[in-house]
Amino acid sequence: MSFPWAKQYTPKHPFMVWMDEKLPLPRLVYSAVGGGYEVPRNINYFWNFGFLAGFCLVIQIVTGVILAMHYGGNTQVAFDSTEHIMRDVNYGWMLRYGHANGASAFFVIVYLHIFRGFYFGSYKAPREMIWLLGVVIFLLMMATAFMGYVLPWGQMSYWGAQVITGLFSAIPMVGEPIREWLLGGFAPDNAALNRFFSLHFLLPFVILGVVILHIWALHIPGSSNPTGVEVKSESDTLPFYPYFIAKDGWTIGLFLIIYSLFVFFMPNALGHPDNYIPANPLQTPAHIVPEWYFWPFYAILRSFTQDWLFIIPAKLMGVLAMFSAILVWFFLPWLDKSPVRSGNYRPLYRKFFWVLVLDVLVLGYCGGMPAEQPYVLVAQIASIYYFLHFLVIVPIVSSIERPEPLPYSITEAVLGSDKAAAPGDKA
Amino acid sequence: MAQDAGTDTAAVIDGEGVRRRDFINIAAVSAAGVGGLAVIYPLISQMAPSADVLAESSTEVDIAQVQPGMAMKAVFRKQPVFIRNLTPKEIQEAEAVDVGSLRDPQTLAERTKEGKTNWLITMGVCTHLGCIPLGAGEGEVKGEYGGYFCPCHGSVYDTAARIRKGPAPTNLQVPDYEFTSDTVIKIG
Ligand code: HEM
Ligand code: FES
Repeated sequence: MSFPWAKQYTPKHPFMVWMDEKLPLPRLVYSAVGGGYEVPRNINYFWNFGFLAGFCLVIQIVTGVILAMHYGGNTQVAFDSTEHIMRDVNYGWMLRYGHANGASAFFVIVYLHIFRGFYFGSYKAPREMIWLLGVVIFLLMMATAFMGYVLPWGQMSYWGAQVITGLFSAIPMVGEPIREWLLGGFAPDNAALNRFFSLHFLLPFVILGVVILHIWALHIPGSSNPTGVEVKSESDTLPFYPYFIAKDGWTIGLFLIIYSLFVFFMPNALGHPDNYIPANPLQTPAHIVPEWYFWPFYAILRSFTQDWLFIIPAKLMGVLAMFSAILVWFFLPWLDKSPVRSGNYRPLYRKFFWVLVLDVLVLGYCGGMPAEQPYVLVAQIASIYYFLHFLVIVPIVSSIERPEPLPYSITEAVLGSDKAAAPGDKA
Repeated sequence: MAQDAGTDTAAVIDGEGVRRRDFINIAAVSAAGVGGLAVIYPLISQMAPSADVLAESSTEVDIAQVQPGMAMKAVFRKQPVFIRNLTPKEIQEAEAVDVGSLRDPQTLAERTKEGKTNWLITMGVCTHLGCIPLGAGEGEVKGEYGGYFCPCHGSVYDTAARIRKGPAPTNLQVPDYEFTSDTVIKIG
């Protein structure tokens, strides 16, 4: 669907006319990301992160496919082939640092994209499906990044694989067989490394497929906007091309500056030095940490140190809580019953939104620290709050809150009341 | 044939009766379904440990050098095994514990071979998420219960390698093993 005033694709060149009859691909592109897609005129910079995330996916696929030409997915050669990429392959260092930092950049962008959704209520009807597909993409990204980190077969790679597959052994009865099945052995070894490589190559393309569905679902109601008021008339929108392509292009430039600072000047700032030590199954590093983007969830995992209600083992609870921390997002469109979308008009929700941001930052900080006091206690409190936010605070706030008055339309929000907006009228 | 087709049409018009086509339809879809499942089986099974991985499943270790109070690490299925020669004091400490108070109740005798209670042989793999606990190597911390300490998330094991504190759900696993002579054990 699109708004009735959206421009139609009208090819002029005879070849394009011919093409349009045989395979209307240019038509599809035109109405999806060209002049035929109408976007609310008032979207702010938080609406740029989706495009940026797509750009990151392209960086990962391009650098990744090239890395795969030089990398060997076998425990005998994996570590050495990674060093070979770094030292011998022309520009190999750039591709590898670009890929590793690209993963971090991808997560920064996606976290901002998700929190944009929390603040502006982008998950609400009629956009639930876009949100649900987004959560699926996030889960796939986590799996992809985890398996990618195993590939260089350093100490953190190995012990990360050991600990994360160990999560599955928490499942009662079938846990240990499942873990052995996932690894193809009793501990991470060649079978595991090789299948992780295969899946790490595949999953980004699966992600690409789900991204296409995500955008398809987006184009049915069209983009939301900072007021959360739906589009009413032609004066509320502008075509994606040229207006928003230009705006997205400008933030891609900004993004590339920051990304390049990391790739070229501090490529290992976000990594862990232990991963430059070859994997050793007989020695655990003193302090195992996942990559920074997993820290909040890792903190939740470690928060369960006592058996729960004396029946459910601490280990199982930790695993359930960690997965639930993301799965709860699937229910958000129905937990938040407020008809007002945007946090700009929800005085109470807005405050709790910022508390949640702080809470996740605290969780992230604790997750990167050793499992000692006071970090464990702080993480426990922050974990409880995290679930309280979604399961208790959001539903209650959405039913007791008194929202601020909404503008009549997007145009009114941008230009003031219709009277003031009318050209030539100085009243 | 012509007559069959005629009856079919009559049945359809009446809206009752089972046609041959319904039967063929169900038969074909079921055959495809069963065939599909039959193909999935090998696709899933290929992920399980392969024959060469399973073949690594037994090791012989000479333990003659391990004096009381000492320990050594062996490798079994590419994972560490702790072989520890307990001192009389450590044995006594392990036996003094009220078994009922344990998370995973087991006595030292249940975790060792008869007449060889001083030989504590366990996997060196923390039952929480699989790190290697400290305590078997020279000079490593043994934790507050004198056995092993896992630095990853702080699980503490006692001198019978039983879980005493921290997130690990069970005692360190005792692998299948036997004494082939007084100084040699065969694990697996
Ligand atoms: C969703 C997109 C992707 C994410 C989040 C991701 C993430 C990662 C991460 C975190 C690493 C470890 C980096 C390091 O320590 O060097 C890695 C390594 C690797 N990735 Fe990806 N990746 C993605 C897409 C791809 C694609 C599309 C391919 C190829 C088809 C690929 C191939 C590789 C290879 C060969 C390595 C190992 C080489 C190395 O360690 O530098 N990746 N990936
Ligand atoms: S792996 Fe040993 S305490 Fe977590």
